[in-house]
Amino acid sequence: MSFTLFIQNREIVTPGQLLGEGKLTVATPVTIYSIDGKFFSAVVGLVNIENEKISVIPLEGYYYPKVGDVVIGVISSIGITSWEVDIRAPYPALLYASDFLNRPLNPGRDMISDYLNIGDVVLAKVEVVGRGRAPILTTKGKGFGKVSKGYLIEINPAKVPRVIGKKGSMLQLLIAECKCEITVTQNGRILVDNCPNKDLEEIVILAIRKIEREAHIPGLTDRVKEFIIKEKVRRGLLS
Amino acid sequence: MSKGKVKLIDNGLRHDGRKLDELRTIKMEVGILKSANGSALVEYGKTKVIAAVYGPREPQMKFMALPNRATIRCRYHMASFSTHERKSPAPTRREIELSKVIREALEPVILSELYPRTSIDIFIEVINADGGTRTASITAASLALADAGIPMKDLVASVAVGKVDGYLVLDIDEIEDMYGSADMPVAMAPALGRITLLQLNGVLTSEEFIQALNLAKAGIKQIYEIQKETLKRKYLTVKVED
Repeated sequence: MSFTLFIQNREIVTPGQLLGEGKLTVATPVTIYSIDGKFFSAVVGLVNIENEKISVIPLEGYYYPKVGDVVIGVISSIGITSWEVDIRAPYPALLYASDFLNRPLNPGRDMISDYLNIGDVVLAKVEVVGRGRAPILTTKGKGFGKVSKGYLIEINPAKVPRVIGKKGSMLQLLIAECKCEITVTQNGRILVDNCPNKDLEEIVILAIRKIEREAHIPGLTDRVKEFIIKEKVRRGLLS
Repeated sequence: MSKGKVKLIDNGLRHDGRKLDELRTIKMEVGILKSANGSALVEYGKTKVIAAVYGPREPQMKFMALPNRATIRCRYHMASFSTHERKSPAPTRREIELSKVIREALEPVILSELYPRTSIDIFIEVINADGGTRTASITAASLALADAGIPMKDLVASVAVGKVDGYLVLDIDEIEDMYGSADMPVAMAPALGRITLLQLNGVLTSEEFIQALNLAKAGIKQIYEIQKETLKRKYLTVKVED
């Protein structure tokens, strides 16, 4: 292996910053570009070097749909056989009525607004992303479909991996400490549901906001754990 | 010097006390607007500019969408209170031209082919004008783009060089622009070493032109460092709550 690095692990880089030279493996092709064997960052982000693989994790960003992503969408408009869903992507997604109802649709008899109306929230999966057309969603599968209760939080999509944590550690911590059902989706919408009480729900929301704010500072899991315990004591749930 | 003209350079110092190759006090801040995806405030002395970036998002008008890359829209506007006499808020010929020039200064660095059929909208509002608004606008817009997380090859920094009383001076303000004999705004992507904007009003000899360009490059380098520092500062100053 012959390469040189000009940055350190966990350093904040800016667009145009020279990262390295030579035979490097790039793990994030969108945020790193190369000219003549030199690698530059394309965004403001954190550098991560692992097993000779270099990646830049953006600190700001928006959601760009990928096939297989689980997303929470809000119905933004109603067509004859499909809904248009806002998934916080540059393009509105489509959800076909026949897919949602799991049976063929009779446009003469069925009014699809009876099933989902504008403003309704759905948990869905991205099925198709094509260059020439809108992404298509599907609600087939367990747990997918209309969301009728719970607390919806929107965070910056670039911070989603932090809320989940390494191998899901952060999410497990939140669930274990607060006993809520938490659904984290790739487009930065988080659903908090079935909490034992209002206080725990509020703690989860505050903890997620804290994660979003301090996502780039190491030692996050420990700080969040401390924060939850402190909040619990303050609210009298723990002595 | 002709009769009735103000003496702008005295003892090698300019009317505001700066040296010939000295920039004005530059202040920058990112993330100042909540509703925009990315935003920046840039001050070159008394010149004050706000830039906001939205997108990549669905184009407002479908026909604007390009099949292979994102459409970049740019609007440069001077607030009616930004000048000494009230400026009509309607876009003037000058503002329309500057919008295009600024857009073309930024387009080469934005990796727009990653987001086909979308639009990236840049809004620039001049809050106070004291010369060098287009250069401050380009600096602010590139910061706002980086703050929005839009992938770009490099930041763009910009500064103007002028010829005043026969001397080449860096970062000219309104008075120097008014009484000077030449004004040359330059925008550059320093890491790539590419010039994205080069305009010249007035007359420079070919030797002066090369000198002026080198002066601008030196100024751009300083501004670029401030830009990078500003972007990093947003994250480094986040305090960990105990």
